[in-house]
Amino acid sequence: MAEREPVVGVLALQGDVEEHLAALRRAGADARAVKTREQLDALDGLVIPGGESTTVMKLLQRFGMDAPIIDRVQSGMPLWGTCMGMIVAARDVADIRQPTLGVLDVTVRRNAFGRQNESVEIDLDVPALGPGAFPAVFIRAPWIERIGDEVELLASRDGHGVMVRQANVLATSFHPELTGDSRVHAYFLSMVERARAARKKIGKRSTAA
Amino acid sequence: MEQTGTDKVKRGLAQMLKGGVIMDVVTPEHAVIAQEAGAVSVMALERIPADIRAMGGVARMSSLELIQAIMDAVTIPVMAKVRIGHFAEAQVLQSIGIDYIDESEVLTPADDKYHVEKHAFTTPFVCGARDLGEALRRIGEGAAMIRSKGEAGSGNIVEAVRHMRAIGDSIRELSVAPKEELMARARELGAPFELVAQVAREGRLPVVLFCAGGVSTPADAALMMQLGAEGIFVGSGIFKSKDPRKFAKAIVDATTHYEDPKVVAEACRSLGMQEAMPGLDVRKLPESEMLSSRGN
Repeated sequence: MAEREPVVGVLALQGDVEEHLAALRRAGADARAVKTREQLDALDGLVIPGGESTTVMKLLQRFGMDAPIIDRVQSGMPLWGTCMGMIVAARDVADIRQPTLGVLDVTVRRNAFGRQNESVEIDLDVPALGPGAFPAVFIRAPWIERIGDEVELLASRDGHGVMVRQANVLATSFHPELTGDSRVHAYFLSMVERARAARKKIGKRSTAA
Repeated sequence: MEQTGTDKVKRGLAQMLKGGVIMDVVTPEHAVIAQEAGAVSVMALERIPADIRAMGGVARMSSLELIQAIMDAVTIPVMAKVRIGHFAEAQVLQSIGIDYIDESEVLTPADDKYHVEKHAFTTPFVCGARDLGEALRRIGEGAAMIRSKGEAGSGNIVEAVRHMRAIGDSIRELSVAPKEELMARARELGAPFELVAQVAREGRLPVVLFCAGGVSTPADAALMMQLGAEGIFVGSGIFKSKDPRKFAKAIVDATTHYEDPKVVAEACRSLGMQEAMPGLDVRKLPESEMLSSRGN
């Protein structure tokens, strides 16, 4: 029997949702916009897109989606945050009192590379994606200021972390969804596939017992 | 390669604002209230459109001191307005590091023939449009975001609906038009052929489309989102209301969950007996007082 495609949600409270949905579909996912708590249940993975972190964090709290997302991520569901998503996932935000989900052990600095006039397209080296620079689009982007012991640094720009992974949580301060290069989406889908396989194994074991 | 001010990063910021509400604010305190309510960006200006309308006279770019104070007060992107065609005002705003420039019909036009050549700027521009031709002319000049014009400061949604429907209808017509018609269509629209062909192919504008001009209730916001807006500008509605905090939050909630009438109803209910700003009958406005007919 053919495996079903992995179901990946894109948090659709605000931000560049369509761009992620399209890129995920190109990479082979069953991608869905997610706006409610109930829609979280069906997901194998979740993307928090680019957008405004203050807005989305308020909406997550207002509509009671923050705790369920934290639960799912702590029980192994892969999560990828881009730009705003990285801020929302982080444990702390430097110099600003701002609530976050706190599932990624880093401190981020918002708008660290500057305001819009400093937004930039750069060729970025990301060894985990194989040879060939990645066309990274930074828009009022954050950087990672403190990185936890369990967190792997995957890419830096001018000495500041811009792509990290901690087990099932991936974060980029740039926007792969704005480019035609789907390598980061494919990388995230491989995380989703591995998490599914692991879950299936556990499922089988418990049925056998 | 390292490039700032590309189409991708200019249009990209507008893409990050999608699904959100951009609020007009006239003080840093307003800006903080807007951010707390969940605004994705604020438009810094000296007077909201309803007051510009009431006061008359020439409306210009706001004082830099005010704009800077608002930029310092919030972490979300800040926009500010320049007069149509006033590229020197735009150069000034770019130099202080504003995130988006609105070349706006709400201010008194500086040039009655030409708009700013916007490709020359690193800072992205948003411009108003009443129909697809106007939208594509502005994009041709370099606009990285379009807002339907509506009739600012009127408290009346009818013009916003007219403009959003006009843009949507023309896009739908183009997307089924045979290829051989596209050049003639471009001529009718008064728009660059390449952009017309792109809209025909993709079935959408090449940049983000927000709605502006007349949104004054949560239901107005939900209406415009269902008509195809990708986000909402609210000008006079919020800070002309009795309780701006509640009002701002209600508009944000209704914009996020525009397709869920229960959430929109809850947003309306949260305002209690509070009335929205008084509205104007735009049919009774003399042509000289219509803001949307400024610019072409």
